[in-house]
Amino acid sequence: MSAPGNRQLLELAGVTKTYGTGDTSVAALRDVSFSVDEGEFVAVMGPSGSGKSSLLALAGGLDTATSGEVFIQDTPLGSLGLANLARLRRRAVGYVFQDFNLIPTLTAVENAALPLELDGWKPAKAHRAARNALRQVGIEHLAGRFMDQLSGGQQQRVAIARAIIGERSLILADEPTGALDSVTGNGVLEVLRQRADAGAAVVMVTHEPRHAGWADRVVFLKDGRIVDQTALQNDPASLLVNR
Amino acid sequence: MLEQQQRYGFELREEFERSTGSTWPLNIGQVYTTLDRLERDGLVSDLGTDERGHRYYAITEAGRMEVAAWFSTPVAPSTPPRNELAIKLALALGTPRVDVAAVIQTQRLSTIHAMQGYVRSRREADKANKAEDFSWRLVLESLIYSADAELKWLDHCEEKMLTMAKPSVAGAGIAASVAAPARTRELS
Repeated sequence: MSAPGNRQLLELAGVTKTYGTGDTSVAALRDVSFSVDEGEFVAVMGPSGSGKSSLLALAGGLDTATSGEVFIQDTPLGSLGLANLARLRRRAVGYVFQDFNLIPTLTAVENAALPLELDGWKPAKAHRAARNALRQVGIEHLAGRFMDQLSGGQQQRVAIARAIIGERSLILADEPTGALDSVTGNGVLEVLRQRADAGAAVVMVTHEPRHAGWADRVVFLKDGRIVDQTALQNDPASLLVNR
Repeated sequence: MLEQQQRYGFELREEFERSTGSTWPLNIGQVYTTLDRLERDGLVSDLGTDERGHRYYAITEAGRMEVAAWFSTPVAPSTPPRNELAIKLALALGTPRVDVAAVIQTQRLSTIHAMQGYVRSRREADKANKAEDFSWRLVLESLIYSADAELKWLDHCEEKMLTMAKPSVAGAGIAASVAAPARTRELS
């Protein structure tokens, strides 16, 4: 599914994830193989419990595979120690969680700047980058607010700003428009699309078909397996609707 | 359009196509036939021809009332609904050797592909941000929401089919006790 000439940024090779052992074990992913190139926007769809969120957690190094291997920028995550894995995640991966995972005692700009500060950036420089990311999602004016002073939709946009900050090459988003109205949701999808157009690999889990329409490729999961996917659209112009 | 100002036939056609995002092309003969009929019914009046040969029309009071009535009346759904996809799935369910799940998935992929095109075109129109493209953007939004509804309906059909295909709870219990014990179960 790779577009010729594009570098592969994410690969899952024969990944299986089973939770628990014995009779009570639960198979979340079964022998899943797929890859995403730089500049590619992939939507993952499937019914509840099909393994979408598990796939994203494994792709972001937040969870480990029972068997198989996950590669980010050709680095096998299984070979990394915890410190190196954390460094790779901070530098290369932006993750939008379904429940945001923001720190309530930090302001919006501090939350967005956190990955850069943890990576050794000077606070002033990290905050400038964070304000820029907040501007891209339309909430720069809320930079000084704490999380309990923001609506669910505004918190979601802080989470997206934190994911796109620092030019991360791989952006993983779990239902990133869930708490947003349709106009704001489209604004967020536009930001993700722009990041893909600028060379990032974007993987978005969604249950909204009209959001999947923003992607170059749609992957369908069912019972922990990839059951189908649309062809990669290498020629965006061919998709334009004529009047 | 005649409520806004007096216009001639060609001008009406241009304005109509601009307002509808060029999705409903009209031929000029159709425009003049319609104007003749409206004049016969007293809804527009012929103002005569200018020096360039343009025949101008204006709306009458009866015409204004007709326009007001049209805007205040909802568009009725077609009765009975003739949806080829719904009919195809209904027939597939009763036809031997037809894999209904495959019919659904083929349609799903096709509709997603169309959706990608609509989203891409709307994004292009949004980027261009031309006032005259507003109608075209509305038309694309309508296509996006229709495709979205169709895809959700396909999910619903698939779910329904799975429910129908499952044996009864008692039957499932017997089947499970006869089969070898599963080492893993699936998330649902």
